Amino acid sequence: MSERVGLVIVSHSRRLAAGVVELAGQMAPGVPLVAAGGMPDGGLGTDFAAVESALAAADQGAGVVLLFDLGSARMTADMAVETLADPTRAVVADAPLVEGAVAAAVAAAGGADLAAVVAAAEGRTVAESVEAADTDSVEAAVAESVRAGDAESVRAADAETEIVLTNEVGLHARPAALLARSVAELDAKVVVRLGDQRADGASVLALLGLAARKDDRLTVTAWGPQAEEAISRIQRLADDNFNEAR
Amino acid sequence: MGCGTEGVIAALTAAADVVSAHRDELVELDRVIGDGDHGENLRRGFQTFVVAVTRAAPATPGAVVKLLASTLISTVGGAAGPLYGTACLRAAASIGDAPELTPTATVTALRAALSGVVARGKAEPGDKTMVDALTPAVEAAQKALENGADIHGVLVAAADAADDGAAATIPLVARKGRASYLGERSAGHLDPGARSTALLLRALAESA
Repeated sequence: MSERVGLVIVSHSRRLAAGVVELAGQMAPGVPLVAAGGMPDGGLGTDFAAVESALAAADQGAGVVLLFDLGSARMTADMAVETLADPTRAVVADAPLVEGAVAAAVAAAGGADLAAVVAAAEGRTVAESVEAADTDSVEAAVAESVRAGDAESVRAADAETEIVLTNEVGLHARPAALLARSVAELDAKVVVRLGDQRADGASVLALLGLAARKDDRLTVTAWGPQAEEAISRIQRLADDNFNEAR
Repeated sequence: MGCGTEGVIAALTAAADVVSAHRDELVELDRVIGDGDHGENLRRGFQTFVVAVTRAAPATPGAVVKLLASTLISTVGGAAGPLYGTACLRAAASIGDAPELTPTATVTALRAALSGVVARGKAEPGDKTMVDALTPAVEAAQKALENGADIHGVLVAAADAADDGAAATIPLVARKGRASYLGERSAGHLDPGARSTALLLRALAESA
């Protein structure tokens, strides 16, 4: 398995940072998650040295995304990145701490690169993510089609299915994370649609943004060499009720 | 007349004493519209610096200010650490290896410090932050320099303007920092960051 992008959680509170690491880690096995919370004496505050060493610990070769709780934690995170020998190896994500950390961790677990993990944390759309990641022409075409609001007119889907949510609470955090993780490592672009809304299948935040409920009918469309595999994995998840009891 | 390494150390040590003397006042100001740690955080940072500067014995004014920067960054913990830390880093860079500070170098260093605070905190004048004290201080120092002031005169002008600037934060509604969460309720209170900036400049002026 190749190296995963690491995450550093910068918080004023030791327990808050540890709790976010605990929560994000549940959905992202194998991702280096490091807490940098509180002052050395356990009090509230952000400790520059702790962030520095957390950065070193979290970087296993693929870079690091930092998330912060409040403004001064951002300043400390920014400073720690600026003082790296190579400041391009780490990025401070401007995202809500808990949702951003979960989304970033799931993306990292799927093998996403640094730019894509930042995009996942910040909840950007397929189009914006693709722009940020500067990926290949298929994805660019999809991005263009999503911008245009008509995916099919630009490039026909390689695979598509419809799923009906049968689990009690719909596409909430855990099912969304399962779905995103199941396709993140594939060479495929997945778009999930509910009515007029579209979400990047690799983005937990975007999927949550659909607010899909029980009995909602979702159209899942995929492009790329592994499009069929992506669709069959999602179909299987839906058939299994996202591993929830019926 | 310039100010050598010893003079800069003496001025910053005096500043450390002032911060300690005003610890409770800064804590109280910050308690009202922030998280209440400003006085203690700054006191800890400056007291650590006083010990570190004796041990490290930096050779130039720039090295002294740089040591203050790294000490504040690593020990303060609150927003003041990255903000004053970046201010001092920029000031140290502007001073360079010069063996002593001139009035011109002092004003240039103040201006660099302001640019550092703005770059780090993204605050503008009127946001109810230390920028509201530092911005008029730099302008007043520049004016004093143009009128032929020495270092003392430059710093007195800066401190006077910072006092006025800090006082002017009282009616403002905070738009940056922890106080911004209070919205309208932040009005009617002196900003602790602006107050500490004014205190520090006053301490430097009185020892220059």
